[in-house]
Amino acid sequence: MVTMLAQLGRWGLNAVQRLGLAVLLLPAMAAGTVALLRRPMLLLRQIFSIGVLTFSIVAVAGVFVGMVLGLQGYYILAQFAAEEALGVMVAASLVRELGPVVTALLFAGRAGSALTAEIGLMKATEQLSGLEMMAVNPIYRVLTPRFWAGFLSMPLLAAVFSALGVMGGWFVGVVLLGVDDGSYWTQMVLKIDFSDDILNGVIKSVVFGFVCTWIALYQGYHAIPTSAGVGQATTRTVVLSSLVVLGLDFLLTALMFG
Amino acid sequence: MHHSFPDPLVSIRGLVYRRGDLVIFDGVDIDIPRGKITAVMGPSGTGKTTLLKLIGGQLRPAGGRIEVDGVDVHRLSTRDLYRLRMRMGMLFQSGALLTDLSVFENVAYPLREHSGLPESMIRKLVLLKLEAVGLRGARALMPAELSGGMARRVALARGIALDPMMMMYDEPFTGQDPISMGVLLKLIRVLNDASRMTSIVVSHDVRETAEIADWIYVISAGKVVEHGDREAVMNSENAWTRQFMNGLPDGPVPFHVAATPLRDDLLAR
Amino acid sequence: MQSNRTIEVMVGTFILAGLVALFFLAIRVSNFSGELGSDSYPLTARFDNVGGLTERAKVTIAGVRVGRVESIRFDPATFEAVVTLRIDNRYNQIPDDTFAKIYTAGLLGEQYIGLDPGGSPFPLKPGEEVVYTQSALVLEDMISQFLFSKAEGGSSGF
Repeated sequence: MVTMLAQLGRWGLNAVQRLGLAVLLLPAMAAGTVALLRRPMLLLRQIFSIGVLTFSIVAVAGVFVGMVLGLQGYYILAQFAAEEALGVMVAASLVRELGPVVTALLFAGRAGSALTAEIGLMKATEQLSGLEMMAVNPIYRVLTPRFWAGFLSMPLLAAVFSALGVMGGWFVGVVLLGVDDGSYWTQMVLKIDFSDDILNGVIKSVVFGFVCTWIALYQGYHAIPTSAGVGQATTRTVVLSSLVVLGLDFLLTALMFG
Repeated sequence: MHHSFPDPLVSIRGLVYRRGDLVIFDGVDIDIPRGKITAVMGPSGTGKTTLLKLIGGQLRPAGGRIEVDGVDVHRLSTRDLYRLRMRMGMLFQSGALLTDLSVFENVAYPLREHSGLPESMIRKLVLLKLEAVGLRGARALMPAELSGGMARRVALARGIALDPMMMMYDEPFTGQDPISMGVLLKLIRVLNDASRMTSIVVSHDVRETAEIADWIYVISAGKVVEHGDREAVMNSENAWTRQFMNGLPDGPVPFHVAATPLRDDLLAR
Repeated sequence: MQSNRTIEVMVGTFILAGLVALFFLAIRVSNFSGELGSDSYPLTARFDNVGGLTERAKVTIAGVRVGRVESIRFDPATFEAVVTLRIDNRYNQIPDDTFAKIYTAGLLGEQYIGLDPGGSPFPLKPGEEVVYTQSALVLEDMISQFLFSKAEGGSSGF
């Protein structure tokens, strides 16, 4: 019993310590931002490897999720003879929830894990130490550009996901199932509000971009510098990012639409 | 007992360092003379790499002082520490080359970061440094395409790119074939003498290291057990030093890890 | 490793795609532009009861969408609801004796305004009022009316 309490206590203290280390990374990365502005190529390179390389998976997923929404939505709405509302249903689900959340989950799996593995390996192969000994701050040079790249890429990726999803839903609903083209779009425009729905969705994806990138960078930077340690850190990035995204999504939804 | 030099480049006094409950250094005094190659030797796990990181200011000691060129490394502000590091080069065991940059770009990296020189000048300097380690022809290769020995030579070229006052070598000979070992030995000696650097070589490859070292420290179990010039250490009366320097399988460090008698173990169920 | 030029182009394409997607969401999916804006003119109408009518509800003539409800406010002097409509400029020949009714789309659908054009040769000018209106049907009123008429009729159907 006492040992269990002690274990719980140790776990709690560890968690607090890790959280502290993660929080300390933020001002350090922020301090590197000014230097980053003088070397935009560093940022572009990271937007390339984080945003551009995640683009295809997000685009494909967006189209298919939209098509499934179109199909499922049609069958349910048809029971109420309300197929014209299909556009609203597809767009609202995508813009408010699925766009930001699914993109963030894909991001954690594709870009987040890659970030953790890359930085963990840089640590394991002493590249980060090497930078320090060359009088280069590895946080400024390695973490800051990756952080901004992830933070900026996520809303763009989520927008692409939602837009392609709306098209996918249109393809299934209008082209395949014969929902009226006009009502698909007009009902949507009528019911989807720019600030309530679109902007709130963008805010969600900005928050998710921040959190996912932060978790990935922290896990990489503080990974145990062995191949097993980097592997564990990569797994933790994906699991932790996914859980945090889902939890935060509930919180944000309650705040925004509650 | 401790022999000290007048005006050493690095002076370590009463160094204490712990990792968790494990004591790595327990009151270590070391002087690194200027312009010489000093070897710090000891068995694996005695914290030789840790010592270099302490000198470079990457780790903080629990006690004692480390002075480099007259300044206490661990009292410097971050800015001054980074300025000091520009005058130190370090060769990591793995080379620590940036894997996404070519050989040329790796050597150019510290110059681009700190020198502010024009591109044409950087190119000339990089080619000169690569020439010094014999790898000018390999400038377009990526680190993944290099052998271990070549990677270390590129890292060496990068380490000397800013013409530092000292170079620190972390286990430079581990896992090298005889030829690249010979190349590295020659390079360390030549670079040290040609540019009047100070070199610290941390290693457990006794024979090779002793070949080029002017001065030798032997550390074990957190203490300096022996120091002096090559002859003095090689011919030490200390039984432990003798075992270590000559690689004897048995001696003060027993062949067997402490255990119950073999007979008891075999008969036990 | 790609050259800087390739990376610049790819990143540029990526950012452009993201912005186009955002633009698409704003313009085609949501009511960001208001989709009528300056190419529209206002009309007002007074109703005793607007029921569940909301802002941005559609305004139709013969079932075709011609505008939307811009605002709904309460006039404390007359105890009426004043509804401002925005009508697309293409439909600027709406007669001044037009009837505005509040309809419900389907049994459970949203409420909207239907305009029944009269026969007057004079069109409504921007800012003018649609005088003839019919309020929303409120289910409770209909039930009580029905019960009342039943009771008056003397039969006890319950």
